[in-house]
Amino acid sequence: MITAGIDIGSITAKAAILSDGRILGSKVAFTGYNAREAGRSVYEALLRELEMDAPTIERIVSTGYGRNSVVFADKAVTEIICHGAGAYYLNPHVRTVIDVGGQDSKVLAVNPDGTVKDFAMNDKCAAGTGRFLEVMARAMESDLDDFGPLSLKSHNPSKISSICTVFAESEVISLIAKGENREDIIAGIHESVASRISSMARRVGVQEPVMMTGGVARNIGVVRALERALGVSIEVSRFAQVNGAIGAAVIAAKI
Amino acid sequence: MTETDTDKKSRKMQSVGRMKEIMTGYYIDAKTAGQTGRKVAWITSGGPVEPLIAMDIIPVYPENYGAMIGASKMGADLCARAEAMGYSSDLCSYARADIASSLIDGGPIGGLPRPDMLVCCNNICGTVLKWYEVQARYYDAPLFILDTPFCHTEYTDEAKKYVRRQIMEYIAFLEEATKKKFDYDRMKEVGRISIEGQRLWQAVLDTAINRPSPMTCFDAFFHLALIVTLRGTPVTVDYYRSLLAEMEQRVADGISAIPNEKYRLLWDNLPIWYRMRWLSEKFAAHDACLVADTYTTAWCMSLRYMDENNFLDSMAEGYTKSYLNIGVDEMIKIVLEMVDKYDVDGFVMHSNRSCKPYSLGQYDIQRAVQRERGIPSVTIESHMVDERSFSESQTETRIDAFMEMIGQKKG
Repeated sequence: MITAGIDIGSITAKAAILSDGRILGSKVAFTGYNAREAGRSVYEALLRELEMDAPTIERIVSTGYGRNSVVFADKAVTEIICHGAGAYYLNPHVRTVIDVGGQDSKVLAVNPDGTVKDFAMNDKCAAGTGRFLEVMARAMESDLDDFGPLSLKSHNPSKISSICTVFAESEVISLIAKGENREDIIAGIHESVASRISSMARRVGVQEPVMMTGGVARNIGVVRALERALGVSIEVSRFAQVNGAIGAAVIAAKI
Repeated sequence: MTETDTDKKSRKMQSVGRMKEIMTGYYIDAKTAGQTGRKVAWITSGGPVEPLIAMDIIPVYPENYGAMIGASKMGADLCARAEAMGYSSDLCSYARADIASSLIDGGPIGGLPRPDMLVCCNNICGTVLKWYEVQARYYDAPLFILDTPFCHTEYTDEAKKYVRRQIMEYIAFLEEATKKKFDYDRMKEVGRISIEGQRLWQAVLDTAINRPSPMTCFDAFFHLALIVTLRGTPVTVDYYRSLLAEMEQRVADGISAIPNEKYRLLWDNLPIWYRMRWLSEKFAAHDACLVADTYTTAWCMSLRYMDENNFLDSMAEGYTKSYLNIGVDEMIKIVLEMVDKYDVDGFVMHSNRSCKPYSLGQYDIQRAVQRERGIPSVTIESHMVDERSFSESQTETRIDAFMEMIGQKKG
């Protein structure tokens, strides 16, 4: 069976197509202002790339914050269930999933059959999310893609104590003004993200193997900081950012 | 399955109209007390109201008023006004809304009637102490504070003596404020009626044990008003007797509160007053009925300590051991009893930034429920009256995921 998953997040829209449990392809695009349009265009772009026609897709599940705006999907399922299903698809032994996306972060406890046992989500504050890192990158005048490698060079991470994005930004600006080294500030930012997420993870209970998914999993600095904070090793699949869409496509085959 | 208009009509509760009538009459009495020569006392929701009823004083509840403010979606504006007066946005939204509405004589029903006295019992929180002090100063009215020691595990002899003595001081305070002698025979009768009202309220809530349940906690949030404001009066007893009969009839006729009850849930903490309809429709769309809650149960939870033949002593114990004045281990026992009694599939916790004593132990309670009964839970973050703190899409995702999780588990 050929199925598609479409994940409309706050920053990016993702699509994935699976055929009998095999990933045929995936794609990421910016969501922008129009979530409905973003879902359609990322899906159509993927179809074109794979040289497939829409009628060959037997079922579609949408997920993410814009899940209900994907009008052509057969079903909308929350990203929590989809990230569980996606991570289980990538590694059937996985027991904990840490998903950090654009506007929220969540920790999932996964049952041995891939269903979700429990989850915790960040509250309304954006601290500890992809958006937080974007704000920090702007303050640091750095490219977000360089954040991970740069932070690994730090030997003495700065202390970012604030739990609020706006205040943390002022804190970072004052650290820059004090002349602290760029690598240390970035490492400090990653540690503050890790500290937020790790307390949420402890609430759910961390069982290995642990997988990190979502766009922020691409940042090696956050992954390493989380490993240190939780004292476990964390696996990151090359499909981490499209994991929600993969999970949606997996679920689409079951409905 | 779409619901027809006839289905919706049969699901509608007949008692709602009567309840509105009684509450309207009650507020008219309270607002015109100055003309009828009766005294008005402001009292906290967990305070012992029975001595007021016995003295023919009209009790008025800023917290009930807070619920009205929330349900009328006037909370954000009033809370913002209180913040402009200098009150922190971290404070209880009932307190903020009430203080602001006093200042502008605004809010639903044009504000509450002026108090002749205030009675504050700290068995529900510590905020009420300062809140009532502020209001007593503003209205220049005498304030009585009943200090109920926190019962981590038990109601000690020292606590018993301490509270019992204050009950006598409370009576002396009322005698002084009304210039009337306290009538102990009347007190006994009011006590008996109060206990009867609480028994009936518990019986109403217990009809939700039935499958399908004839009522949801959203119904309970509405019908609660009388047991809070007028306990100890015959009108309350009559009302709950007829509500109970209506619920029993619904059970007999197989009328369910929601169209297709597939899952049963337990709610914890105060309602999110400005989002009642949205939440009730959201859960109903998932075929989930919130059959019970810890909040409305709090007004009959003390029944186990109450004795109509020794009302004042037993009242002292009952009010001291209120749900928010006991240790988390004790709260866990009550929640687990409710999980079993109402046979629920999941636990919904409103983490209420307004109500710290209610929200503080929630993660421990959640862990215990998960460990002891293995049922999933979800946390919704908000303020009970200040709608600025509610995030719809975040809440929606949590509820949807929670229901999907229960669906995965239960099928």
